Amino acid sequence: MKTVYLDNQSNTKLDEKVFEVMKPYFTQYYGNPQSIYSFGAVSKDAIEEARRGAADLINAAPNEIIFTATASEANNLAVKGMAYGLKDKGRHIIISAIEHFSVLNAAKRLEKDGFEISYIGVDKKGNVKEEELKKALRADTILVSIQYANPEIGAIQDIKKLVEIVKKGGKAAFHTDAVCACGVLPVDAAALGVDALTISSPLMYGPKGAAALYLKKGTKIVPQIDGGVQEFSKRAGSENVPAIAGFGQACKTAKQELEQNAKQMAVLRDKLISELPKRIEHIYLNGAPQNENRLPNNVNFSIEFVEGEALFLLLDAKGIMAASGSACANKNLKMSHVLDATGVDTAVGQGSILFTLSKYNTDEEIDYVLEEFPKIVQRLREMSPLYSYFVNTGKRKEAGPGTDYEHEHDHCDIDEDA
Amino acid sequence: MPFYSEKVMEHFANPRNVGEIKDADGVGEVGNPVCGDMMTFYIKVKNNIVSDVKFKTFGCGAAIAVSSMVSEMAMGKTVEEVMKITNADVAKELGGLPPNKMHCSNLGADALHKAVKDYRQKQGVK
Repeated sequence: MKTVYLDNQSNTKLDEKVFEVMKPYFTQYYGNPQSIYSFGAVSKDAIEEARRGAADLINAAPNEIIFTATASEANNLAVKGMAYGLKDKGRHIIISAIEHFSVLNAAKRLEKDGFEISYIGVDKKGNVKEEELKKALRADTILVSIQYANPEIGAIQDIKKLVEIVKKGGKAAFHTDAVCACGVLPVDAAALGVDALTISSPLMYGPKGAAALYLKKGTKIVPQIDGGVQEFSKRAGSENVPAIAGFGQACKTAKQELEQNAKQMAVLRDKLISELPKRIEHIYLNGAPQNENRLPNNVNFSIEFVEGEALFLLLDAKGIMAASGSACANKNLKMSHVLDATGVDTAVGQGSILFTLSKYNTDEEIDYVLEEFPKIVQRLREMSPLYSYFVNTGKRKEAGPGTDYEHEHDHCDIDEDA
Repeated sequence: MPFYSEKVMEHFANPRNVGEIKDADGVGEVGNPVCGDMMTFYIKVKNNIVSDVKFKTFGCGAAIAVSSMVSEMAMGKTVEEVMKITNADVAKELGGLPPNKMHCSNLGADALHKAVKDYRQKQGVK
């Protein structure tokens, strides 16, 4: 069966060239980079070469790059590490409402430890509300963490402007989770003026098991993994040499291809965004229009009267792999906090479907989606009581407690820890 | 291991008894669009036996599979037997459900039981 992979916000295909660079470090040069015999030295060189690659991608100095195992780890290191590093100056932290769980839950952890967190809302398009940020800033604000680009709705923030606001209002450090931007958009950490920035290898055709935190020289941070002297004593643990070497190559490739890839993906994105509403009624684009600040690889629609998990299961049966922000599609059975923050109606948001593109997607694949997806929507609508109610009455079925639901607490409000 | 059992996927991909019954003897609706799933069950009853079942479901793969399975389990049974179908029975017939999807089986049995209660009310039976 034909397979069309359109979930590139959760993982991308490894670039063949990257794979080639990684190979020798599995079975040939397997020495620990901290050892000084020849095998160790080769590994060490590979890591330093990768560090230059990552630094070069975001216009940083190599000694400002700390490798971690995952972007979640890098976000935890940034948020918790900087909070603990700066806690003598205050205990107030600001994050946006659409952050990744690794920022959101790191902040929640800090809250339990006596820090105070302010959440900044976003508008319908996903843009952080600047006025809210200005109002939230205080003398004891030590850290602001706002995502560069959102994986779900593709919103790109004006980080430079937000940094200016923060720096003007005080001395808080600024971290941005840039995993969706790096390798897709040009990112210049120095020009942005951020103190810390997260990059992820598997989102830019690199291997899993590698990510990095850019940390501006002189920024205080408390390590979140204690141990040896690796990564400038800021992140202990023996380095994952093949993954880091691959990550470095992925950064180099990204720098060369970024512009061309973005153009190519934007054409496919625009085709999906303009063609799907012609083929499916009652569908709504989530996030900003394609000609505004939207990632070139992001398409997210809410499809009314159907549910997202059912959509992507039927897409999967046709070989098309996509994602959804619906409650049923999330392991915690809650609609995506990102859709919620942008004010998407909870009932309509249950039909969200997310297509994220890569450089490997083709026009032919998009045509296949355009052919199959409307049929799937039609099939689910034919069995949807919400759709038949709408067709028969011209009205939307009322949502809320009035819908005569006996087990609300067993279902809608499932305990997150359950 | 796949997220859903083969049987769940089979019922989801080819749901039985989808539709409405215009002159249904009982109708039961549960769920809420805001929660992401909603089911409407229609039954016909002849000589105390459920002679036809149809459903419409808005929901995830599990919700649709549960609806389909419940409709099959109810067909041809007496109303008393139908009232004894439990959530656990439905999940078992489907070869199990992932833990975070068990509530979908509650929804299916509830909708069916509600249709029977509606039928009984219309019959004047308390």
